[in-house]
Amino acid sequence: MSELEIKDDARLEQLLDLGERVVRRARDRGADVAEASVRDGSHLTVNVRMRKPELVEEAGSRSLGLRVMLGQQVGISHTSDLSEHGMGSLVDDAIELARLAQPDPFVGPPEAELLSAADDHPDLDLHDPEMGALGAGDALRRAEEAEAAAFDHDKRITNSEGASMTRAEGASALVTSGGFRGVTKGTYASLVVRPLADDDSGKKRRDHHWTARRHLARLEPGRDVGEEAARRTLRKLGARKIDTQEVAVVFDPDAGRSILGLLAACVNGAAIWKRSSYLVGREGTRVATELVTVSDDPLIPGAPGSRPYDGEGLASRRTVVVDKGVLQTYLLDCYAARKLERSSTASAARGASGSVAPTTTNFVLQPGNMTREALLHDTPRALYVTEMMGFGFNPVTGDFSRGASGFWLEGGELLFPVSEVTISLNLDDLLSRIDAVADDLDLRTATATPTFRVSSMTVAGR
Amino acid sequence: MSSRYRAPFASDGPAPIDATIARRLLTLALSRGGDYADLFFEYHVSGSYAYDEGILKAAGRAVALGLGVRVMKGDATGYAYVEDLSAEAMERAARTAAQIADGGGAPTPHALAPVARAERYPIGMLSLDVAGLEKRALLERADRAARAEDPRIIRVDASLHEELREILVATSDGRMVVDRQPLLRFGVRAIAEEDGKRQSGSSGGGGRLGLEYFDRHAPETHAREAVRQAIAMLDARPAPAGELPVVLAPGDSGILLHEAVGHGLEADFNRKGTSNYSGRIGEKVASDLCTVVDDASLVGSRGSINVDDEGNMPEAALLIEAGILRGYMQDRHSAAVLGAPLTGNGRRESFRSHPMPRMTNTLLMVGSDAPEDIIRSVDRGVYARKFGGGQVDISNGDFVFSLTEGYLIENGVLTAPLKGVNLIGNGPEVMRRVVMLGHDLETSDGIWTCGKEGQSVPVGVGCPTVKISSVTVGGTEIA
Repeated sequence: MSELEIKDDARLEQLLDLGERVVRRARDRGADVAEASVRDGSHLTVNVRMRKPELVEEAGSRSLGLRVMLGQQVGISHTSDLSEHGMGSLVDDAIELARLAQPDPFVGPPEAELLSAADDHPDLDLHDPEMGALGAGDALRRAEEAEAAAFDHDKRITNSEGASMTRAEGASALVTSGGFRGVTKGTYASLVVRPLADDDSGKKRRDHHWTARRHLARLEPGRDVGEEAARRTLRKLGARKIDTQEVAVVFDPDAGRSILGLLAACVNGAAIWKRSSYLVGREGTRVATELVTVSDDPLIPGAPGSRPYDGEGLASRRTVVVDKGVLQTYLLDCYAARKLERSSTASAARGASGSVAPTTTNFVLQPGNMTREALLHDTPRALYVTEMMGFGFNPVTGDFSRGASGFWLEGGELLFPVSEVTISLNLDDLLSRIDAVADDLDLRTATATPTFRVSSMTVAGR
Repeated sequence: MSSRYRAPFASDGPAPIDATIARRLLTLALSRGGDYADLFFEYHVSGSYAYDEGILKAAGRAVALGLGVRVMKGDATGYAYVEDLSAEAMERAARTAAQIADGGGAPTPHALAPVARAERYPIGMLSLDVAGLEKRALLERADRAARAEDPRIIRVDASLHEELREILVATSDGRMVVDRQPLLRFGVRAIAEEDGKRQSGSSGGGGRLGLEYFDRHAPETHAREAVRQAIAMLDARPAPAGELPVVLAPGDSGILLHEAVGHGLEADFNRKGTSNYSGRIGEKVASDLCTVVDDASLVGSRGSINVDDEGNMPEAALLIEAGILRGYMQDRHSAAVLGAPLTGNGRRESFRSHPMPRMTNTLLMVGSDAPEDIIRSVDRGVYARKFGGGQVDISNGDFVFSLTEGYLIENGVLTAPLKGVNLIGNGPEVMRRVVMLGHDLETSDGIWTCGKEGQSVPVGVGCPTVKISSVTVGGTEIA
């Protein structure tokens, strides 16, 4: 074992110890249940713009979150002040607030038999020991090279919102009075380039390309990122509105994951018991076409949303949420499970504030059998959407309407760029009109889709 | 006034930061040859109360404390922060930020002198200092009122969020200034169900106020408004698709302005030449009717500040005057590059982030038309009453904003409520199409939060009734 790793293990032990001290203190102060989460992380962000360094930011942070229960009353507190005084206030605050809260019969810790043991926590390849070695100078050079590649690619790239490289490293521990002890660490690196080009009309066009991985060595090369960013920006030159019409819409993976994110919000157990989802009462029924299978899988090695255990200490597991178009389950933490008389799907997340709620991990639309190229060739005419803007979604009804930009697709070719239009359709109808799913899935983000097609939506333009 | 919540670094706190300590840190920050440095100390406490299914289900409190150190050298910024205010940690942050400069002489920071500032949030008592039971009672009142209002209401949730942000800014050009910024936000959401249809409505408000906010805005008022919306939307019909005249209700519609022109007038985009408003001062960018200001001085408003997060004093910045672009919103860096006067718009989310030019309260000033006449002038169009939010592409001015409550206008009269829909347009084009402006300027109640490059700050918006001759409405019904 290297010296670095030994130091790291000592640090993880420290986080666990801190968590245990807080739990003990809360129990001494009368809490029936106490759950402490401790986080420790550091990051480096550099920006380069117009080939010159613009920003170097470096910082470390630690924080403590606490949830206590007095009977069935819940109090939550959070602090970045890890001094004795800070910890004392953290415990006092949580107890005071739990006294103020009113009894909720569904509140409680996870049933003991559900808790996972530290030995059962799989190694998910979430941590790159090389990450910390990337210094500000290296990061600036990588960002500079990537931005330069965009400028060098084409003279029409005249300006830039810059290139940015970030590395982050963090560890977190969860300790509960129910006997759970877990600690996990992870790393993340990303590189993005944002070029600008000028239209003949005087309008500026921008786009970007990015790469992100948990391991530094797995990032796309900076030059490739810069060149792709330049290509993506240039192909937007001359974007125009199209006529208002009903037409097929193809979502590329960047736009597609926003659509899948809407589904994620509507299968969330909290939205279900709050009756704030159009999918209330739809378990076991068809909610999409047969081409749609969506899984939530926290166990994919090296993936952005992976975790060995959930925010309440339950062992992570894969959940098929939609199987060939049929809704199998909602995503539940222990509270939502009790409210809905089901079992937890180990979907609890403990937020920065210390509160607990269901969430997705790696929430993925499973790839289909055709290539992206085949999908485009198979589409006579469509709006090909690469980007969406705005917040036009009502989860209660499923009504969806957002700004979109992309390309006019005809005869398998992206004919011209399109901007300043909206696309609208109720999400229930949208999922029931998915008639093609490609195989180009890339797990850059925790919510991810391949390219897919919706047979018809309302596009509002001219 | 005495408060349980006091920054440890305050002059009467347990570990005061005085001019001597600040100057020592600034000296360290400039030790590698930086041109300028500043320190941003922040103590942030927030409380949140969630009332749901007839009980206070959860209450939370969070405390954050830290120091951000910024060093500038030419166009480059070094930034570091620490969450531990020991001498050793603060010095580490100063040294880390200093590294952006690599050599050259180390300038000496100016002697620090306290700067006087305005007082724009004269609160009675900090909400955080008020007993929890009192806040629980306010939520209870909202819950009860909403349920009593209509039997079709199946769910109500109410929330109260309170904050205190105490800051100390010290700069190498000799400014030292403190501010205590309170913030309160109250909200009610109701869900109505009838014949298998469900709809939601919400209402909220607040500002840089204590609980005296409720003297003028009873919890019951927000509850009834949320219910009214949810019930009205039960009859909503699909919205039209295509280009139509749009009339914006006064107040919250200012969010359109925030997106359509506000962001594009933040000076960092113009310093970089990445905004479609870059280099256009003195040019016509909106119809003659439009005068736009960013005004940090509205007493108690959510977007108001006494001092910005770089220690500068914001006043009302004139952005557009009768359609002519007059100025941008500046932070220190952009003002220096553009050779423009400071406007006090340098804001940041917290000590964990560096400042950027940001809006405070952005207002489209009053016109002379009667609101009734504006609606009457439309044969077929959309009346936009409530909004979910918006977004803009700075580079070309294309923006969207989402309507959560809208009505069809037919022959000069509001008729059917419309399902949620997005409006999309181009900022400069839409501003040129402002053809009528009401005499009924309203500022929004305090609910809006603006996001930029991952940083959120509270803002205010405001406008009178506005008629835009044509905007693309993103509904599903093709006429």
